[in-house]
Amino acid sequence: MSEDAHSEETVDAHGAEAAHGADAGHAADAAHGAEGGLQIHPMDQFIVEPLFGDGGIGMFSITNVTLWLFLAVIAVVLLMVVGTRGRAIVPSRAQSVAELTYGFIRKMVEDVAGKDALVFFPYIMTLFLFILMANFLGLLPMSFTTTSHIAVTAVLAMAVFLTVTAVGFIKNGVGFLGLFWVSSAPMALRPILAIIELISYFVRPVSHSIRLAGNVMAGHAVIKVFAGFAGVLGLGAVAPVIAITAVYGLEVLVAFIQAYVFTILTCVYLKDALHPSH
Amino acid sequence: MADEAHGAAEAAAPGMPQLDFSTFSNQIFWLVIAIVAIYLILSRVALPRIGAVLAERNGTITNDIAAAEDLKRQAAEAEDAYNKALADARAEAQAIAAEVREEIKADLADATAKADADISAKAAESAARIEEVRAGALEAVEAVAKDTAAEIVAALAPAAADESAIAAAVTNRVKG
Amino acid sequence: MEGDLAHIGAGLAAIGSGAAAIGVGHVAGNFLSGALRNPSAAAGQTATLFIGIAFAEALGIFAFLVALLLMFAV
Repeated sequence: MSEDAHSEETVDAHGAEAAHGADAGHAADAAHGAEGGLQIHPMDQFIVEPLFGDGGIGMFSITNVTLWLFLAVIAVVLLMVVGTRGRAIVPSRAQSVAELTYGFIRKMVEDVAGKDALVFFPYIMTLFLFILMANFLGLLPMSFTTTSHIAVTAVLAMAVFLTVTAVGFIKNGVGFLGLFWVSSAPMALRPILAIIELISYFVRPVSHSIRLAGNVMAGHAVIKVFAGFAGVLGLGAVAPVIAITAVYGLEVLVAFIQAYVFTILTCVYLKDALHPSH
Repeated sequence: MADEAHGAAEAAAPGMPQLDFSTFSNQIFWLVIAIVAIYLILSRVALPRIGAVLAERNGTITNDIAAAEDLKRQAAEAEDAYNKALADARAEAQAIAAEVREEIKADLADATAKADADISAKAAESAARIEEVRAGALEAVEAVAKDTAAEIVAALAPAAADESAIAAAVTNRVKG
Repeated sequence: MEGDLAHIGAGLAAIGSGAAAIGVGHVAGNFLSGALRNPSAAAGQTATLFIGIAFAEALGIFAFLVALLLMFAV
């Protein structure tokens, strides 16, 4: 979708402005410059902007990322704390949802990773609820999707990777390396398999993070592309609107499934760490 | 912020904001805060609460099931008692019926015996009376015979008319 | 011209998404045929289904990422 006008001059002319996010609302305009014709910028929705004032984005500046992360925390609190404040034996609707989520993740941890993985249940529950809420909040129009950013998902995936590796070595000592030594394979194949297993082990955090960010980003970008068509077509934009509706429905599904997949893969990795025998 | 970082951001920012490394520290900082916040909230407040509620509900359900079992057992007991009472009543009714039947039979037998006795008494009485009548008749015949004999004797031989002798003779004759 | 070549490369990389779609279709289709043969065992295997789909899909997402990088970052 990058236009030809992204030539040196444009970047030079607007570079300083764009980099410093001149004005929160106009960072995208500045970056794209002024052009005519079909203007679709599907990636603009992912731009990180300061909420207050202008200037660069430091480590502690309040940005739209901060806002939407905060809203995700609020959503989790609303569901899991405010929703269950009644502690009713016959639950209210919010409490049923909270209990359903609790039972769903607890059963997943128990079934996939085993009973001794229940120590990590709050951690896995945190991951699931955060990703779920961030995905769903990102589906609101005009919102910012925190989970579409590699930086965010990479931190989540690296946290899982480091935890799993640490747990594996603490629980099993050097025996954890047995994960890479496929004892059921013929002896001649084992070194090759060990290399493959080792590579696949280190690719885990990469695929783990990019799967989530890529899915969310792709869906949002596709919606934006169709929205751009609709914008060009004006009132006659029936087909793009239908397409947006369909993709949006798919995105709601993807938002849940990606949270589920991220969580269940965490459980699978955890199982490998706790029971490394093949 | 270093100028080099901005230089890198420059190239990426218009294309993929995801690869704008200048925003990474910011995102990661706030993400870690959010995750830690959610973790603390869940592990300190939400999860223990939900776990307690679920455990309590399991307890309640178990109790309710136990109570239901108890009630069911009581109902079964009541039914047994009812059936027993019914059987008792039926047996009693049968006993009463049998008793009544026996009584009636006894009454009937009594009545029959009484009637029989009456009948035989009456029969005996009748027989006695017949005997009496017969005896009476014999006596009358004897008396008539005595009278007649006396008359005849008186008519034939008035001198020989000894009443006692005639009577003895007639009695002898009648008996013989 | 450089940008044009990058666009062509992005288009080629996007073919990988279609390949991933074939993979996901294989996983889901085989799961369905297995599930129809033995419906009672199907419920316990949905987690495995999603893991399989996730692995197949990850490679498609890699292709998509390459396409995006070629479009925007090169």
